[in-house]
Amino acid sequence: MYSFEPNEEQQMLIDAVGKYAANDLRPAAHDAEESRDLPKKLVDKGWELGVLQASTPEAYGGFGERSAVTSALAFEEMACGDLAGAYAVMTPSLFATPILLAGSEEQKKAYLPKVVEGAWAPYTAALIEYSFDFDANALKTSAKLEGGNYVLNGEKAFVPFAKDAEAMIVYANLDGKTQGFIVPKNSAGLSVADEREKLMGLNALPMYRVKFEDVKIPAENLLGGAAGHDFELILASMRVASASAAVGLAKASLDYAMNYAKERDVFGVKVAQKQAIAFMLAEMAIEIESMRLMTWEAAWKLDAQKEDAFTSAYLAFTGAADMAMMVADRGVQILGGHGYIREHPVEMYMRNGRGFAMLTGLAIV
Amino acid sequence: MTIEFETPKPIAQQQFVLKTVAQEMMRSQSREFDENEHEIPWSYIEFMHSAMKSVGGGSLAPKEEKAKEGGEQKEKRPPIGYQSLAAQIEMLAWGDVGFYLITPGGGLGAAAVQAAGSPEQKAKFLARFNDEKPTFAAMCMTEAGAGSDTSAIRARAILDEKTNEWVINGEKIFVTAGDKSFNVYEKLGKGFIVVWASIDPTAGRGGMRAFVVEAETPGVQVTKLEHKLGIRASDTAVISLVDARVPFENILGKPTVEKTTTGFKGAMATFDATRPLVAASGIGVARAALEFLKEKLTENGVEIRYGLPRNKLTSVEKDVIDMEIQLRSAWLLVLKAVWMADNKKSNALESSMSKVRAGDIVTKITQKAVEIMGPLGYSREFLLEKWFRDAKITDIYEGTGQINRLVVARQILGYSGSELR
Repeated sequence: MYSFEPNEEQQMLIDAVGKYAANDLRPAAHDAEESRDLPKKLVDKGWELGVLQASTPEAYGGFGERSAVTSALAFEEMACGDLAGAYAVMTPSLFATPILLAGSEEQKKAYLPKVVEGAWAPYTAALIEYSFDFDANALKTSAKLEGGNYVLNGEKAFVPFAKDAEAMIVYANLDGKTQGFIVPKNSAGLSVADEREKLMGLNALPMYRVKFEDVKIPAENLLGGAAGHDFELILASMRVASASAAVGLAKASLDYAMNYAKERDVFGVKVAQKQAIAFMLAEMAIEIESMRLMTWEAAWKLDAQKEDAFTSAYLAFTGAADMAMMVADRGVQILGGHGYIREHPVEMYMRNGRGFAMLTGLAIV
Repeated sequence: MTIEFETPKPIAQQQFVLKTVAQEMMRSQSREFDENEHEIPWSYIEFMHSAMKSVGGGSLAPKEEKAKEGGEQKEKRPPIGYQSLAAQIEMLAWGDVGFYLITPGGGLGAAAVQAAGSPEQKAKFLARFNDEKPTFAAMCMTEAGAGSDTSAIRARAILDEKTNEWVINGEKIFVTAGDKSFNVYEKLGKGFIVVWASIDPTAGRGGMRAFVVEAETPGVQVTKLEHKLGIRASDTAVISLVDARVPFENILGKPTVEKTTTGFKGAMATFDATRPLVAASGIGVARAALEFLKEKLTENGVEIRYGLPRNKLTSVEKDVIDMEIQLRSAWLLVLKAVWMADNKKSNALESSMSKVRAGDIVTKITQKAVEIMGPLGYSREFLLEKWFRDAKITDIYEGTGQINRLVVARQILGYSGSELR
């Protein structure tokens, strides 16, 4: 059956997250970006909404079954408030969700309760590498099995909260395949850069380079245990998360531009009454809805374990990333000169929106 | 409610059958009837008529679900009439959209009766589509000077009180299946056309009414069949009405004018229901083109490497991936719009969204496919160039992409027609 309406439980989550996004995240976004500082209280409040907890089974400390659809719905709402804030709130999910999806029973029992039961804590993951040809399926960071240990070598970039991380999942190239490894805090040979990453956008989110020089970790820390795991499932879930965030960001841009256009006087009417602007708004709305449905479908296919789920996730991600850029660009354009001024958020949406295509790995929900 | 994308079983089964029809009855004759415009593919028309009759109705319109008598109470399933219809249309258009447009049945003419007619009118005018012979009906709205701006319609209907007849004068253009609906052919049943005319020009849109005009009514004439860029298997007629006399009871809606626009809203309601279906027909064409392109690329050893980052893909790979995203997302918009129609949710916004998106992407996809295929794309040895020509109409008929953008913009901004002109 086809159906296009969130169920009651999902709607409650959407409403709760939406409220937090509109009342807490969005009002704080500008100052957080400018001061490169996201208030801890804000993140804690988002964490308490329980998005990750709701998709972690009781056996591992949560209170629900994982649903990619539900997570995508919640994440879209959160990202609509502020992308950096949404990434920050969901950073522990970068560590927990891959374990939930691909970890062995022992790993789930050992790590998940620690992450989901308590207060927000900096558990994170390292996927991105600082290279123009970065490809999650062809990593330069390597893992080698040596005498009962895996030895990691390489450098990762854009690792959220790496500085204080309790533990992180590090993705590395093991015999040509990408695999995740659970790397504990203070592992010998692991070093986090002192300086934060300096990026075009997402400045409220603390991200760091992380170096691995002969970092030895026990063999049982390979995600999924001795046999390893299917990285494609993790990657697809990251892509769905990115896609839903892209939809949320685009919606924020459309909403702002639309409200502005309905207030702004021009030639005796509101600027939204000019077809040139009204058509842009219509196209933005259509593009957003298109990619929202693509994202929902991909998420649903992941949940239903459909054969083409990974391809769907890739298409949704690719389409949503392009859409977000297009919509964010139009958002700035509709405000004209004012769109270029940092007092309005649309320029930030444009900077943040450019990241989706290359920053897979900042979120998984 | 829930969020779900599983194709319902009845739709999957129906698509399986229709695919064979599309291949055997449509694709095989596509080129012939593209080259011989105004010839009629009788084998298709007769086959479709008997096929549709055998499943309970001589048209594609959604069937009312009848409760089985005596049998045990079945679990109540959600209605999927429009969803199923959209899927049928998509598949038929994948076969040949020109042929699809001359699928016998009531088409837009019957849709207007269905939307605005009284129970008596429905009984009187719609029964014929289940008769032995295939039968057509058409909608006559557009005029030379009135396209998207339907308020500019000049056709007039005046009541002759002596005979209790409407006397209609005017000229209608772009009447899809106008020839088969109005002219009588030995192999066809007697159809009708639905003509939009004003009963009170001072009342603007509020004075607009639709009239059922039976085939071969004196004073009415198909004066021209258009020669078109594409969809050449489908006849597009000019119909002139000179003192055409129509019985009083053939008016759809009230014969008197009130200071409202209800008469016109009937027409617009028809379009809310049909826009996603038109979008579906375009999407069928685009899917045909994209599948053909991918087949040819595979034959030539070009692999599409899904999953690679954007900056590592070749230009052709990027194009194909974009085309797939466009096609799928447009189809999902259609599905959502018809799902809303099935569930009695107001879908004016979603209908227009799906139409805008489909109009955009089917033209882009078919254009790009021709480009990527190079000289082969331009050759009439393949159907690709035909699909490119066929696809363009999607962005034009049943409201151009521009008028639908206006509808979408008004809805999201909360503006009336006078606030956003």
